[in-house]
Amino acid sequence: MQEYLLHLADNALILGHRLSEWCGHGPALEIDMAMTNISLDLIGQARNLYAYAAELEGQGKTEDDLAYLRDVNGFRNVLLVEQPNGDFAQTIARSFFYDSYNYFYQKALCESHDKQLAAIAEKSLKEVAYHLRWSSEWAIRLGDGTEESKQKMQAAIDDLWSFRGELLTPAAYEIEAAKAGYGVNPLEIKEEVEKKLQEILLEATLDLPADGWMHSGGKTGRHSEHLGFILAEMQFLQRAYPDSTW
Amino acid sequence: MVEQTDTGKRPDNESLNPDELMAKIWQCLSNVSDPEVPVLTVLDLGVVRKIVLKLDGAEFVSEIDDLSTSITSSPPKTPPEKISVLIQITPTYTGCPAMSMIATNIKLELIANGIKDVQVEEILSPAWTTDWMTESGKQKLKEYGIAPPQAKARVEKMLFDVSNVPCPQCNSKNTEMISEFGSTACKSLYRCLDCREPFDYFKCH
Ligand SMILES: [Zn+2]
Repeated sequence: MQEYLLHLADNALILGHRLSEWCGHGPALEIDMAMTNISLDLIGQARNLYAYAAELEGQGKTEDDLAYLRDVNGFRNVLLVEQPNGDFAQTIARSFFYDSYNYFYQKALCESHDKQLAAIAEKSLKEVAYHLRWSSEWAIRLGDGTEESKQKMQAAIDDLWSFRGELLTPAAYEIEAAKAGYGVNPLEIKEEVEKKLQEILLEATLDLPADGWMHSGGKTGRHSEHLGFILAEMQFLQRAYPDSTW
Repeated sequence: MVEQTDTGKRPDNESLNPDELMAKIWQCLSNVSDPEVPVLTVLDLGVVRKIVLKLDGAEFVSEIDDLSTSITSSPPKTPPEKISVLIQITPTYTGCPAMSMIATNIKLELIANGIKDVQVEEILSPAWTTDWMTESGKQKLKEYGIAPPQAKARVEKMLFDVSNVPCPQCNSKNTEMISEFGSTACKSLYRCLDCREPFDYFKCH
């Protein structure tokens, strides 16, 4: 269960960190605030999950130990969330792929037999619903916008497409989690996720890329070089000044 | 005007019966405001769910939707030697930075009223909803210039709903959303197309 919880928490933390990098750099003030708000939601969700993982581990660790003192190969997030922000269209494509998956995932996780996990999912779902609404609306606005915005949005969808496969391909710990009744096998939600995605891309007048080769590895700790850079920045303080607090 | 400066005239907590003490704790909580929307108290917001009062060995429980005090074990010898309080709060949003400040302010308020052994616990389920905001809270929000949540919160609605939010200044429904996320995660930014004022909307959650 530990590895499963880390997978959920790491997804939220790393995407939250990526979105927080936009703080002060958003294309407009409102968008800047939206991205930092979503980032805050995700980091809050990660915190709940890490705290629970630490509690179950029973070795006196805290959520901070799990976030700040693990190395790259200990992280179980999907490769999609560690991809760089790129331009705004790329950030939207990454969020939209993740949110359209995460919304149905959290919905399914509300049915978890584990009471605490179900409670965390119930809380997260409400936030994630707004995330999906936000990233869908931007995908539509950019896709069905000017010639330039459409071209950029389509390029972003095409670029990140090969990172979608990993979301919907279960790792061993997800299969086990679903069998044991506390977690979700992403194959259970695949149909709803694909339907939502196609619906929004159609409305955005964007082309659905052909399914081809897909990246994998993040769920089992084999990451792209990007995660190392993220951790170097995120963990710096705890590494340089161990146990420092506010 | 009644002189209230002499705190010595306040009855000792030890001399209050459990119901009176419970009422006093709820009264204290009604003095604790939300750091981000200071016109709202933590009770208006609905983030306080439950009070567990322990008098020596005996436990008394009072919940927000059932303010009567229920006792879960035999009543204490009076007066009690040890008074302790556990307060359960639920976060509005998981990453809400105001929650630890709310917990601290609750403790400080109770300590100032002579209740020194206070624990504040965060619970996640059932998840907080704007449906728990009190009517007077909604009224205060509107007077403060923030449009209160409009409908019953449902997750499906959060995805698709685009109902018109009336302007808190002129009540016109001729308004439009500028941004899904406003100054804090719980608010969206709107503008009124009649009086031209921008305003925050406390969105359904
Ligand atoms: Zn108006």
